[in-house]
Amino acid sequence: MAMEAKEQVATATAGHTNGAALNGYHDSPSAKPVREPLVLGNKTIHQITEDICGVAEQKATPKFWAALLASMLVAGAGIGALTYTIAVGIGVWGLNNTIGWGWDITNFVFWVGIGHAGTLISAVLFLFRQKWRTAINRSAEAMTIFAVINAAVFVLTHTGRPWLDYWLLPYPNQMKMWVNFRSPLEWDVFAVSTYFTISLLFWFTGLVPDLASLRNRAKSKIAKAGYTIFSLGWTGSTRSWHHYEFAYLIFAGLSTPLVLSVHSIVSFDFAVSILPGWHTTIFPPYFVAGAIFSGFAMVLTLMLVAREILDLHDYITLKHIDNMNKIILATGMMVGYAYAMEFFIAWYSGNPYERFVFINRAKGDYAWSYWMMMTCNVFSPQFFWNAKLRRNVWFTFALSIVVNIGMWFERFTIISTSLHHGYLPSSWHYYSPTWVEITIFVGTFGLFMTFFLLFAKYLPIIALGEIKSIMPGAQPSHHHHDDHGEHGDYYHSGHYVDNEEAVKKA
Amino acid sequence: MSTVAQGNVIAVMGDFKDPNKVTAAAKGIHEAGFTKFDIHTPYPVHGLEKAMGMPKTSLPKFALAGALFGLASAFALQWWTGAFEYKLNIGGKPLFAPQFGTPVFFELTVLCCGLTVFFTMFGYLCRLPNWHSKYQYDAGFQAATDDNFCVVLEADDPRFTAETAQALLAKLGAADVRVVHEAIEQD
Repeated sequence: MAMEAKEQVATATAGHTNGAALNGYHDSPSAKPVREPLVLGNKTIHQITEDICGVAEQKATPKFWAALLASMLVAGAGIGALTYTIAVGIGVWGLNNTIGWGWDITNFVFWVGIGHAGTLISAVLFLFRQKWRTAINRSAEAMTIFAVINAAVFVLTHTGRPWLDYWLLPYPNQMKMWVNFRSPLEWDVFAVSTYFTISLLFWFTGLVPDLASLRNRAKSKIAKAGYTIFSLGWTGSTRSWHHYEFAYLIFAGLSTPLVLSVHSIVSFDFAVSILPGWHTTIFPPYFVAGAIFSGFAMVLTLMLVAREILDLHDYITLKHIDNMNKIILATGMMVGYAYAMEFFIAWYSGNPYERFVFINRAKGDYAWSYWMMMTCNVFSPQFFWNAKLRRNVWFTFALSIVVNIGMWFERFTIISTSLHHGYLPSSWHYYSPTWVEITIFVGTFGLFMTFFLLFAKYLPIIALGEIKSIMPGAQPSHHHHDDHGEHGDYYHSGHYVDNEEAVKKA
Repeated sequence: MSTVAQGNVIAVMGDFKDPNKVTAAAKGIHEAGFTKFDIHTPYPVHGLEKAMGMPKTSLPKFALAGALFGLASAFALQWWTGAFEYKLNIGGKPLFAPQFGTPVFFELTVLCCGLTVFFTMFGYLCRLPNWHSKYQYDAGFQAATDDNFCVVLEADDPRFTAETAQALLAKLGAADVRVVHEAIEQD
């Protein structure tokens, strides 16, 4: 990262004499190419509008309807199983007295974790000025929102009586009771609902200018009305952009610690308990790294499909895939380190119960789950040391699915192995899910895909305003890097690097 | 609406395609003493607001106020419900302590700050939602969400006359300098 930064500064000074044509690829031919361009195909600003709005404007293909129908059917099955659960009670799940958390909480943690990559891309990479994020941030943020909705499905039904879920909120009531703020489960209520709200506001704020682009091009009355309402009457006024950019910066600044807090607080659900295997201080960073790991894998799974179907090869380039794979490799190793450290501490603590739980993880009833997790999360990402494999679309797609499977098993391993052999051997038990739990879980994937397909069809899947602002020549050339501390310059910086990048293409 | 008739002059507009020229033009308009003008762009142009002579945004102050409000509410809520209104002994844990209050302090701070920023920015500072703009029938103005930098000199400006405004924009290199009339909808 430090090396990259230096490189950027160097090219920034070198490239700053470029001309100002909007598609300024032909300027400063003497400069040496440094990096690949962020957007391929030598596009003008207008072409970007055409390309991205075109996705939303073209008539939905039979393929789209088929995919939507299939997703809705799967979602429908899940909703059916959920209805059955609510009508009969969570006794229809495979839980027992010993194992009170099974697939429900596993799936909750899994889906919340998936969401983390979206926030990381939209907020953390924004603050680190990683401009490549512009091609993927919109869809990653959408993914965050849909993933948190799925997580909510599990956490709201596992209470057993979901019609009383409002009891989780502190509100004055005739029972004269208040919630218990000493419980990490209550912290979770605040963490997840704040996370959802802020992610939604951030996403919507980013969408407003792009919806205005769609509004001004819409032909049909319904589309026009819809885009008009949600674009709030945005006109691209500089007097508005001025405040907007600052709001964007604040949202990024808020979301960055927020995303770290959410999975930390989710991990407190376990870490604050006294159960061996859960009661450990490594959980917050370990959960956050795992969340980013699985989230990036899910972004890749979705992006690679969207890139093919919607023909976004010029926007989501191999460079993006390469970068995301590097993050997967890094976070995968953090997770691997956490697995190793857990074992070390179990031994080093001298606590026989801790030691038992960890040996039991690797050799006990759920060893199959543990080794599945190790294979998928620790061994498989090592392939990404190879640059060719990082840039191989099919390999990346397969590995992204493997990683997600592994991360699901991580949560399952943590929850089940710790619960099924607790302090009292007489209570030891085994847990397997019933068809109801499996159907609900599969159903959430259907729900996720339904939301994502509707999003990809009707909303700008790539952040138009942001990608335009990082195009070569899109910014005045008299601006220097030292301006960045000043007000109003946060949204896009270091555009000279792009000009430089463009030269390579030319 | 079937036809649009023309009413009074409401603005003079001109188009730019080059971010350097539009920034220079913004400076020129500002230096000519115009205050009621705006430049509509498809994406935020680096430094344009400075060239237009805009003051710093007041948004950070609102954000701070929202954050402090959230923090104070979280503190009050947890203390008042736990240590005052509904004292419940759970495993001998303290009725209130900042240690266990921290997650909720943080979350409510972020939540209130975010909501304040969102509503202040759109509702107060940008004056949105505003589903009708009097300029919306102008093609160049509409193209500002595509690839056009559309400069609008408003007729309300004390220095505004159609002639001076047109002359200024032409001098600054704007393309398609045009007088824009109020649109009157007729059935």
